[in-house]
Amino acid sequence: MNWQLMWDSLPRMIGGLSLTLQLIVGSLALGALVAFGVALLRLSGNRVVETLAAAYVFVFRGTPLLVQIFLVYYGLGQFEFIRDSILWPFLREPYWCAILALTLNTGAYTSEVLRGAILSVPQGQVEAARACGMSRALAFRRIVLPVAIRQMLPAYGNEVILMVKATSLASTITLMEVTGIARRMIAQTFAVFELFIVAGAIYLVLNFIATRLIKFAEWRLTPYLRARA
Amino acid sequence: MLELLSFGPNGWGGQLLMGTAMTVAVAVSAFAFGILVGSLGASAKLSHSMALNVVADIYTTVVRGIPELLVIYLLFFGGSSVATSIAAAFGYDGRVDLNAFTIGVLAVGLISGAYSTEVIRGAVQSVPFGQIEAARACGMSRWLILRRVLVPQTLRFALPGLGNVWQLTLKDTALVSVTALAELMRVTHLAAGATRQPFLFYGTAAVLYLLLTTVSTALFNRAEISANRGVRRA
Repeated sequence: MNWQLMWDSLPRMIGGLSLTLQLIVGSLALGALVAFGVALLRLSGNRVVETLAAAYVFVFRGTPLLVQIFLVYYGLGQFEFIRDSILWPFLREPYWCAILALTLNTGAYTSEVLRGAILSVPQGQVEAARACGMSRALAFRRIVLPVAIRQMLPAYGNEVILMVKATSLASTITLMEVTGIARRMIAQTFAVFELFIVAGAIYLVLNFIATRLIKFAEWRLTPYLRARA
Repeated sequence: MLELLSFGPNGWGGQLLMGTAMTVAVAVSAFAFGILVGSLGASAKLSHSMALNVVADIYTTVVRGIPELLVIYLLFFGGSSVATSIAAAFGYDGRVDLNAFTIGVLAVGLISGAYSTEVIRGAVQSVPFGQIEAARACGMSRWLILRRVLVPQTLRFALPGLGNVWQLTLKDTALVSVTALAELMRVTHLAAGATRQPFLFYGTAAVLYLLLTTVSTALFNRAEISANRGVRRA
């Protein structure tokens, strides 16, 4: 075991951490927006819209993320109207392609989690809110959504961990995040196990922090459980 | 454009089909290997040995916490040297080279095994202990109890979870394409590069993967129905 090499590789790996974090935070934030929209569409009551939203979820959950990334990065550039559009400066960049693919992927999974959580809100609570004179929108904003978000947190925690790991696939489209740097250094030094341990440890720490954050959010959102204990 | 997907001399249909077959082969072997690893991991977690508990815990935590791609790189770049040193320990002094298929199955199987461990552990724990006691009272030996009581019931409880693990495993095989094994993703990549029709080919790959996941979901549902045939529904 070459400890010196492991120690020396740390600064370079940490250098890739910023890109990894950008991909995680960016795609989770945008993915949450997509998920919110899609979950609402799936519950809209309009058959056509519901089928379209369900098809989106079906496709993105049923195919490997790598296919989705390649489809966006290599596939979209094939069409002339995309190359001529104002989006091309973004879609030309592997960075934005990775964010787009990760966003669409996590959006599909999260929308299912959110949909389940919204459906789990007891009907009586909505009725009570309506009886108090709240409009449908107000009841959704003040009653259904807060309860649903609290409900979905454990399942969403799993999705966050999956996304932390999924950002490593950005290395396949030339992005130099932690996995990309690890791969390049392995090819240069052939110190497979040392570099694997350093890179793996970085991801374990990231996932540890992510699970703590979700736990903290859960703790903050369930004050009624604390008071009793 | 569609003739590119045909089975003729100018089409990639035959190669895509071979790639799909290879993907299924890798996924099935890795899933089976994963269930083997998962059964060992679950028995380690349920054993009374502190050392086995810790080892199994480290295995599941680490493998589930780091990216799948890193695990595949680890075996791709490091698998042969480990195999060589293991062979050296048994008195063979030559280089052992693992082929891409073996590396893919080992890597995806180890990932799959970490998830299977948790599923199988949960399933074993949901078999009521009274049934084991009853079997013992009837005079069954440990192996007979395992074969006639524990395993069939565990399978019933584990099937939904194993269905999820299968989906993960099937999709993880796409990552094995970085080792240049000619599975669906790799063939698609080559075809997309050669024909300059990336959208067509990656789209086709997406459809093929969807087909595989849909068909296997249906198969798992049938298996669940047949495993639960003796159970009265609530």
